[in-house]
Amino acid sequence: MAFQFPDQFRFADTHEYASLDGELVRVGISAFAVDQLGDIVFVDLPEVGDLLDRGTTFGSVESVKAVEDLHAPISGELVRINESVLSNPDELQNDPHGEGWLLLVRPADPAQLQDLMDAATYANKVAVESIN
Amino acid sequence: MNLQHTPLHDLCREAGGRMVPFAGWEMPLQFSGLLQEHQAVRQQVGMFDISHMGVLRLEGTNPKDTLQALVPTDLHRIGPGEACYTVLLNETGGILDDLVVYDLGTNKQDSQSLLIVINAACSETDTIWLKQHLQPAGIALSDAKKNGVLLALQGPQATKVLERLSGESLANLPRFGHRQVQFYNLGAKDPSSVFVARTGYTGEDGFELLLEAEAGRALWLQLLAEGVIPCGLGSRDTLRLEAAMHLYGQDMDINTTPFEAGLGWLVHLEMPAPFLGRTALEQQAEQGPIRRLVGLKLSGRAIARHGYPLLHNNNKVGEITSGTWSPSLGEAIALGYLPTALARIGNEVEVEIRGKNHPATVVKRPFYRRPSLS
Repeated sequence: MAFQFPDQFRFADTHEYASLDGELVRVGISAFAVDQLGDIVFVDLPEVGDLLDRGTTFGSVESVKAVEDLHAPISGELVRINESVLSNPDELQNDPHGEGWLLLVRPADPAQLQDLMDAATYANKVAVESIN
Repeated sequence: MNLQHTPLHDLCREAGGRMVPFAGWEMPLQFSGLLQEHQAVRQQVGMFDISHMGVLRLEGTNPKDTLQALVPTDLHRIGPGEACYTVLLNETGGILDDLVVYDLGTNKQDSQSLLIVINAACSETDTIWLKQHLQPAGIALSDAKKNGVLLALQGPQATKVLERLSGESLANLPRFGHRQVQFYNLGAKDPSSVFVARTGYTGEDGFELLLEAEAGRALWLQLLAEGVIPCGLGSRDTLRLEAAMHLYGQDMDINTTPFEAGLGWLVHLEMPAPFLGRTALEQQAEQGPIRRLVGLKLSGRAIARHGYPLLHNNNKVGEITSGTWSPSLGEAIALGYLPTALARIGNEVEVEIRGKNHPATVVKRPFYRRPSLS
């Protein structure tokens, strides 16, 4: 299956994306990750004001099949969470790059975004993973 | 390790199956999506390749009497064309596997046959166990599946679809009934003889079919063309769990007895026949088991998975054995063991899910019951 990844998004190895939104960074998980998980039933997110540390776990997404930890693609302070995804995980299922975003973060260092993969590199990576 | 392939393996892949290792086989986890497949079986009809399961034929003089020594269920309650669910027990009443026993009746003078369907993961150990106990009594064991196909067709439309393809009336085949049905259009010149049983592992009406590989492949394609939704192990698990059907190795094993596992209805102590584990079970029947398998509903959306602790007043009192999101109920459901004193319907306990405690209520099993047929 081919996935579309927005050009302005940056991606972590663990399939979270980060996208600059003014001074803030929007964080979610990629359409590929959502497809791999299957039917999502539960999303667990941290609380506003929490500090995220790049690479460490901040929550989890649970599908009928499995539960996967979420890792912070960048460090920063959590400004907002997508409350509506918590009660309605379908939004994440159906539109992970849009309505199904998870967090808004004030980045500790916006330059960290450059350490993540660009959309084309990520698309190649998942194309390889999908073969298996 | 090399994974075995069923005769439907390539057809499953072609139908979009995501293949995963399972009990030594490479099997489809899902096709179109777990929830979609689940709903198809509840509302229309789906099919599962279950050719990984073991199918054995027991043949000789009174195989029922011989097998009776290994199972607690009175096998003489079923006659030719009927079947029953039961368990293989060891000396202490521990469960070695669960199985369905089909009575095939008399083949020739003084020789009767039974067919048994066993779990893939237990297939080798079961075979050794059965040979050891049955062969000395003159009962021959053989592989009844060989490289054939075992296919489950499940859902309220299953009868209609199968009647259309076979041209035979199947609506009056009772639950757990079975017979050979001739299919005239499965590729071969001669009609294909298909073992058709009204059994399943979904809590829905449906059939399990045993047939030769080529005929099975042809049938799979015909069922696809009929609009039957191919289903994987993922929906098989959510469907069976809603129906509170046990998964061997998870909800019960060699360390659990039928009484503990909520399978007391399989134990017929009123029959005079001895069976392995009888003494242990008689004792347990008198004293009552100290723990019981219960159904649980969770209030949130988080899933209580196998091995998660069950807590009461912050003490660990048991463990979850199976848990999932129930698509039919829109609730998180689970099975787990609790001390008998806590195992009452309506009782409140907690499940620890990744460091957080979630309230859970003991509820009646099954979680889902299909609308009655008539």
